[in-house]
Amino acid sequence: MYTRLAIYFLTLTLGLSAQALASDGHESHGDEHTHEEAFNPSNFIIHHIADAHDIHLWGEGHSAVHIPLPVIVYSEEHGLDVFMSSAFEGHGDVRTAQRGDATYELSHGHISLASPGSHAHDHGDSDHADHEHHGPKVYDLSITKSIFGMLVMLGLMVLLFGRMAKSYRSRPGQAPTGLTNALEPLVLFLRDEIAIPNIGAKKADKFLPFLLSVFFFIFFANLLGLIPFIGGFNVTGTLGITMVLAAFVFLLTTLNGNKHYWGHLFWPPGVPLFVMPIIIPIEIVGMFLKPIVLMIRLTANISAGHIIILSFVSLILIFGKGGDAMAAGYGIGVFSTAFMIFMYCLELLVAFLQAFVFTLLAAIYFGEATHEAHH
Amino acid sequence: MELLTILLEIGQGLAGLGAGAAAIGAGLGVGRIGGSALEAMARQPEVAGDIRSNMIVAAALVEGVALFGVIVCLLVALG
Repeated sequence: MYTRLAIYFLTLTLGLSAQALASDGHESHGDEHTHEEAFNPSNFIIHHIADAHDIHLWGEGHSAVHIPLPVIVYSEEHGLDVFMSSAFEGHGDVRTAQRGDATYELSHGHISLASPGSHAHDHGDSDHADHEHHGPKVYDLSITKSIFGMLVMLGLMVLLFGRMAKSYRSRPGQAPTGLTNALEPLVLFLRDEIAIPNIGAKKADKFLPFLLSVFFFIFFANLLGLIPFIGGFNVTGTLGITMVLAAFVFLLTTLNGNKHYWGHLFWPPGVPLFVMPIIIPIEIVGMFLKPIVLMIRLTANISAGHIIILSFVSLILIFGKGGDAMAAGYGIGVFSTAFMIFMYCLELLVAFLQAFVFTLLAAIYFGEATHEAHH
Repeated sequence: MELLTILLEIGQGLAGLGAGAAAIGAGLGVGRIGGSALEAMARQPEVAGDIRSNMIVAAALVEGVALFGVIVCLLVALG
């Protein structure tokens, strides 16, 4: 048993270190030899946690394996344009795609129009002066990596919970089996431990669909981000996605706020008059701050987990010096792998905990908004 | 080396210090919350469930503040 575990561990270590060192070595050979650029861990990490227009599986430069994703761009000049991201040619920092008379430039995940048509400069040159070097505005509505991950998760949820609901209809009154059996405890936990104690038994049913959707979406998306070698999805670590989730919490809280809630916000009862000018602004700022903190907590937690794991990979490359110091690379690889496995276990816990905390705080805010006066 | 580059380098170093300070604050806060919750649970095991969920909420709030610090440090270090 222990021997087998040790063999697994050793294989994993050697494989990981070899792959990391090989890709780094390849990268340094692919570049011009004029600048012996040292390995830059922060670029490497940002590249992996940032959103992208394709799913990068492995390899660097010419040997890189990508899964292309649809690019949807809209600009005033060229209108709506839909094409696959494999249309972007080249391997450097700036890649270009030729579409009709429009040339799109992809640079660090940002799409812009490369050569603005000459007629764009004829009118309104003065108000575009500030943005001249950016070219005409391009609205990027692409299905990026994060959005693709989100859609996969949403599809999976519809499938899972659709089957679950069907099994309740087809087997009424019987003990749940299989998938239903696995998910029912979580649903019951959310209802009995989060929704009912915080919102109250009467109103909990109204908010339960939202709470359940948010919980399972965050939980599954966090777990998707932890699967290695499929492109490193960072769905819940993307600020835009958590912002939408937090905006829903804010809207539901504000729209469902009763007289009691607004009364506490704008004229807190039992507070001396001279404290009011301090308390009321704090309460109002707090109303907006709560969803903002929800957003930042989720994004930062998930991204931080990815950053830590990637830092351990970077350590191998830093010590390996791009293949010059193989022994050091392999040596540090043993420790890196051990810590990475530990971090993965911790991240599995964090994946659940962050989904739980987001749902719990949302339930508390809903409870505050709908609470009836009882004194 | 120009003064500006020196200042930028110092700023990057300070960002690291800032991340450390944020970790100290969060560590103190979460440690205290966890310790107190364990004491409370040992005294009254029958309400352990309530204490646990309150503990997680409080820890999440502390962590949220610490992550604000970490985000600022990241922006300084990478920006």
